[in-house]
This record gives sequence, structure tokens and C-alpha cells, in this order.
Amino acid sequence: MSAVDTAAEPGTGRAPRRGRRGKGEGQRQSVAGWLFVTPTLVVLGLFLVIPIVMALWVSFTDWNGRGSPFSSRVNLVGAQNYAALLTEQGLSRQDFMISLRNTFYYVIGVVPLQTLLALTLAIIVNQRFLKGRTFFRTAFYFPSVVSSVAISLVFLFLFTGTGAVNKFLSIFGIDGPTWFSDPRGLIHLVGDWLGLWSSGSPPAALENTQVMSLSLWEWFSGPSVAMSAIMLQVVWTTAGTFMLMFIAGLQDLPTEVEEAAMVDGANKWQRFRAVTLPHLRPTILLVITLGVIGTWQVFDQMYVMTKGGPAKTTLTPAYLSYSAAFTQNQWGQGAAIAFLLFMLIFVLTSIQRYWLRDKDVAAQRKAERAQRRAAKRGVTA
Amino acid sequence: MNRTRRTATLAVVLGGALLVSACGGGGFKDESTSTAPASAKGPAALKMLIASSGDAETNAVKAAADAWAKKTGNTVEVTVASDMNQQLAQGFASGSPADVFYMDASRFADNAKNGSLYAYADQVSDNNDFYEPLRKTFIYDGKQYCIPKDFSTLALQINTDSWKKAGLTDADVPTTWDQLEAVSKKLTTKDQVGLGIGVGIDRLGAFIVQNGGWWLNADGTAPTASTPEVTQALEWVQKNVKAGNFKMSNQLDSGWGGEAFGTGKAAMAVEGNWIKGAMKNDYPKVNYKTVELPAGPKGKGTLQFTQCWGVAADSKAQAQAVDLVKSLSTVDQQMKFADAFGVMPSRQSAADQYKSKFPEDAPFIAGGEYGHGPINAAGMEQVVADLNSKLESFGGANIPQVLKNFDTNASAALGK
Repeated sequence: MSAVDTAAEPGTGRAPRRGRRGKGEGQRQSVAGWLFVTPTLVVLGLFLVIPIVMALWVSFTDWNGRGSPFSSRVNLVGAQNYAALLTEQGLSRQDFMISLRNTFYYVIGVVPLQTLLALTLAIIVNQRFLKGRTFFRTAFYFPSVVSSVAISLVFLFLFTGTGAVNKFLSIFGIDGPTWFSDPRGLIHLVGDWLGLWSSGSPPAALENTQVMSLSLWEWFSGPSVAMSAIMLQVVWTTAGTFMLMFIAGLQDLPTEVEEAAMVDGANKWQRFRAVTLPHLRPTILLVITLGVIGTWQVFDQMYVMTKGGPAKTTLTPAYLSYSAAFTQNQWGQGAAIAFLLFMLIFVLTSIQRYWLRDKDVAAQRKAERAQRRAAKRGVTA
Repeated sequence: MNRTRRTATLAVVLGGALLVSACGGGGFKDESTSTAPASAKGPAALKMLIASSGDAETNAVKAAADAWAKKTGNTVEVTVASDMNQQLAQGFASGSPADVFYMDASRFADNAKNGSLYAYADQVSDNNDFYEPLRKTFIYDGKQYCIPKDFSTLALQINTDSWKKAGLTDADVPTTWDQLEAVSKKLTTKDQVGLGIGVGIDRLGAFIVQNGGWWLNADGTAPTASTPEVTQALEWVQKNVKAGNFKMSNQLDSGWGGEAFGTGKAAMAVEGNWIKGAMKNDYPKVNYKTVELPAGPKGKGTLQFTQCWGVAADSKAQAQAVDLVKSLSTVDQQMKFADAFGVMPSRQSAADQYKSKFPEDAPFIAGGEYGHGPINAAGMEQVVADLNSKLESFGGANIPQVLKNFDTNASAALGK
């Protein structure tokens, strides 16, 4: 499940502008260019474009998993698979909404934590006077290289009821939960602890109001204890990769700029806020984008550790799509879930790109456009 | 110009993709539906996909398949699946599935419904020798598709050391619910619960059968969970869970009942014959014995789990595949499998032989007579999964509400 496709997009090797060079040479070059990218195009088409188009087709059919999805026995059912997930009362919609709720809390927890942790680690190992920098870089990056399945298995042992984590907690007199079989939601637990409500008999107003097949009480559960354990694991494993990106960003920062800030009398915090952070904006945008995409697609941990349990609190859209197709024979619905997830990620990353765009540059461009329009009007008038 | 060329290329790629996929590609094929067995000419190369419990099972199945291959001049390639559902599904979709495979009872109906299975049971002359409840499990739409490979049932395991420590004797072995409740209370100590039960309907269902109820009606067309039989059975277990003399395995920090039993967290467990292997390998020091489950208000009852030898509808050598299945399910061969990896023969004519060889397994074999098979209607997978998730925190579950939801969901699924 790679989060991004780093493969080059066709056409980025731009055709040279006409007029600058001879036309013949330009055409030769572009033919050669296309020749060079053909292998990539074929591979991408075969393993990316065709499967995606087929999945899109399947999401509009009642294909039952036997023989070709394009055979005559397969019927088009319109948007029925999507309707079952979004508009019809029933188990399919309930499960889909549960998976969206779970993953929402997961993303809200993981993305900020992993970004902050990665940034902190990067700043620490980027200090010029730190001894053993290479060692720390390797150590922090190591979890990202290890297979997520192997790490998941280790975490299963760490977080059992009598595992290392609970042994450690018991030193402080804390009686740890049986992590991976505990479906209680964190917000529910915090509410219990503060005395806002009792999970045994939740407030009727919340419990009796149904929104999209789930009661408000269920919507506001927070991530379950089991999900929280998975979140900890994911933050720990992914922070290393993102740390690497932040280090690259930090090393791009010219020493002169920082020295200039020092000469101006800025203290450490001011240098960080006013020099380092603005410089890192593109990296932060990248890290958060990759984080959001990767977390919404989370699958491995659920497949290895929890199978969506306990009580469906670690069900995610990716895992639901898999189980709808492979264990329930509802292939159309599985494909429909995948496309709904794609739409969701697309919309969320677009919004987030808009929020984090460089406002100075955006304002400048807007002003330029306005100027050009004004000039045009002046000419025509 | 740059833009238009890019668009044109994209159109070509997409068009190509559609063309390739519309032609059915290389991997897909439209199947021809024929009921007469497709017989490959000359020596057939059969593929067999199994979900193995370990080396013992893999080797035994391979040896049996090789023996048949040698005798008939065909070849069999046995593959052990790592994710059975997924690998089967891939085979069915590609049009060239394994010829012979393990087919689990809970997945059977869906695969029979979409036409992936070849119905060959009528070609087996002594089909009646297989236990009737097992045969019934593999009937879809009035037709028995395949023959049961072997089976297992639930029984009651008792930790004999704890039993003695609590001052109980052989005369106290429970035969009714009241007695079970009484002994479990006596067996409950500070570090040990009387009875540990695995999570979900694959254990709780036994109590429902003992109370004369079931999730669906006899022909699997309508749900019957919101009935007094089902409700009372579950509420009786819940009452004991709340009292603390029964506990679910997830309350005991165990993955299943056998783990709770083996680690001494439970003095009794409700598990099937697979517990033998686990006790031998993981907890060899625990002394225990197995007895039949106590009878409920409506008599004896247990659950049966089984798989059948599936033959693919898309197999090109169905005749050879059926012949292989026949040779794998003779009394002799079933006894060989029983020796190798502890499964129980699905043939009634093998029962006596099995009982004399493994006398301690008599309580499991007895369940072949009165056990109930799993829910095997098509489209129920999602509904059952939902039911199991709602029964996970069993002590606090609102049982009438859970059963009502099950009925609603099951009606929707069965009506499709």
C-alpha cells in the first residue's frame, strides 16, 4: 500500500517551445522522449490504469466473483452499490459509517502526532554539535524499514493483558487494559472519568438520535483502546520516514540566513518560529499530505492484528473493502467503498492544500491577475 | 499543444485499457455450464488447494493424493493456502481455480450460489454413509453439492486437578444446566473461573441448540432469533457470566477457550477436538478429560463444524477430481487422516473403528448424532459478523435488542 506514486507523469519532459529551436529537432526529441517513457507507461497502464478502470466497472455491477466481470451474465446495477453504502438503511451503511468514524479518529490522532514527532526528531538529529548523529538517524529511521507485519506481531505481544506494557504500567500502580480486545471509546472513558456521563447508561439524547445508521453516542465514542494501541504503533513506525524529509528540508536552510537572524538578535525560539518554520512550509505540506493519504488507507495493521475487531472498532474503509469482496462475495460493494475512499481522500487533500498554500505567493498572483485584467480593460476601452 | 497531446495520449491509454478489459483479457473466461463431468483426456494434472493446520496435515494429504496419482497415472499438485478465502476467490475469478479444495461450511452457500462449485454428491454411491447433519450442511437449493471431509463437535473439557481440589467426583460430572451451574460455582476460585467460553456464536450457539432454538428456521429462509428458545438460552449464560462463575475468553485475556483452559484461568471449557493438539503441544502438564456437553431444557445439543471436498465448476478434469475425492474419503483413508492430525471421520461406518482407537474422543463422536451445523444460508457472512461483534462484550450485551437487530439484518440478507 504505497501512499504515493512517485513515478513520473508523462509529458513532464516538456516539448520544447516552438521557434527557439528547429521544428525537426523538437519533434525528434519528443519521439525519443516518448520512446523512453513507453516502458513506464506500459507498466503503469497494465498494473494501475486497467485495474482501476475494471474496479470502477465492477462497482456498478452485481459481479459475484466468478468468471470475467465483463461476461454477459454480469448485470449493470447502476449506483446501487453506492446507494447501499450511503442512502439505504442497513448493515452495509452501518459498517461503512463505523469504518469512517474509526478512521476519522485515527487520522486526527496519528497525523498531528507523527508530524510533530518527526519534526522534533529531525531538529534534534540536525544539531551540528550532537555526538553520534548518524547513529540516532539510523535508530529513528529503523522502524520505517522494518515490515509492518513483523512490527504488528511484536506489538501484539507487547500489548497483551499480561504483556510488557501493562507490566510497566503496573509499576506505577496502573491496571492496564487488555489493549487489543478493549472496544471502549476514549472519549467515552474520559467522560466517565470526569463524571460527565456513565457509559453503562449513556445520555438518552445522544443514544436515541440516529445519524446515518449510528447513534450520536456511537459517533462521539473516540478511538477505542484497541485503536489507540494501533495509533501508537503507526506513529512510532512512520515518524522515521517523515523525519528524513524534515532533515532534508532543514539542510536546505542556508546557514547565512540563520546567522543573519542571530546578528539581528533573534533568540532560539524566534529563529525557529520566524526562520525555520516558514522555510519548512513545503515539507510540512508534503508530510501532512502523505500522512493524510496513508492514514485513510490504513490496512496492514488491521489485517494482521485485529481483523476489524474488537466490536468493529478497528474497522477501516480499506479493510472493509477487502472483507466485503473476499469474505462476503459483494465485489461491487467492495469496489464502491474503494472509490468512495478515493473521493474522500481527494477532497480532504485538496482542502488541506488550500489551507496550507503560501499565502504571500497566492496574494501576489491574485494581484498580478487583477493588474493584467485592468490593463486589458484599459486597452479595449 | 502540449496539453492536447497529453489528453490524446491519455485517451489512447484509457481506450486501450477498456479494449483489453472488454475483450476479457487473458485471465478471464466465460464458463460453460454443464453438469456432466468434464473429463480431461490422457493423464490429468490436478491442482489441490488446502488450508492446513500444520505439517502433519499437509504431509498426510500429500501422501494420499500421491498414492491416488500413482495408481491412476495422473498428477496432483497440493498447495497450502495462506489466506484460503482470498486464494479461492482469485481462482474462481480467473476461471482456472484449483480442481479440488477444502470448502468451509460457512462459505459454502455463497460459492454454491454464484456457481463456482460443481455438484457431484449424486455420483458418490454410498453418500448415505456420511452423517446426515453433515450432508445437510452442504445442500444448497435442494441439491447436495459435495461430501463432508471430516467434522468436529463441541464438548466439555474438565481440568481434573481443579476438579479434585474442589472436592468433586466422577458422579458430579454435569448432565444438566443446573448441575453445570452448580459445579462451575464450586470450581470458581480467586485465580480460576468455573467455565471459560470462547467469544461468539460458534460456542454460545451450543446452548441455544440445547434449548431447542436456532438462528434461522429449518430451511434457512427466515430468521428465528427473537424467540424465547434463543433469548432464554443466551440470558441463562449471561446470568452466569454476570455472577462470575462463567467468563468469556476475552475477559480472561485469552484468544480462545482453549488458551484460558490451558493456562489454568478456567477449570472447564467448551471446545472441539482441536483442543487435543493444543493441549499436547502447548500445555502438556495440564491433566484433563472430555465429557459430552450437559443437556439443556430441550435435550442434548452441540455444534458441528465441517468442511467438504469442493470441486470447481470450472475444472477441466472434473471426472478425475471426483475420483480423487472418492479415494480421499474411504473409511481407510479417513482413519489415516485421523491418525495423522486428529480429525474425526465423516462416515458413520468409521465411527466404531475410530471410537475403539481413540476412546477418549467418544464424547466428540457422540455429537455427530445430535449436533447442529453452522449457519449456511447465502449472504449471511456480514450479518453473522455483526452479531458476533455485538456479542463480544457478552456480560453487558442487551440480548433482546441484539437478537432483534439480527432478525432485521438477516431478513434483509435472506430476502435478496
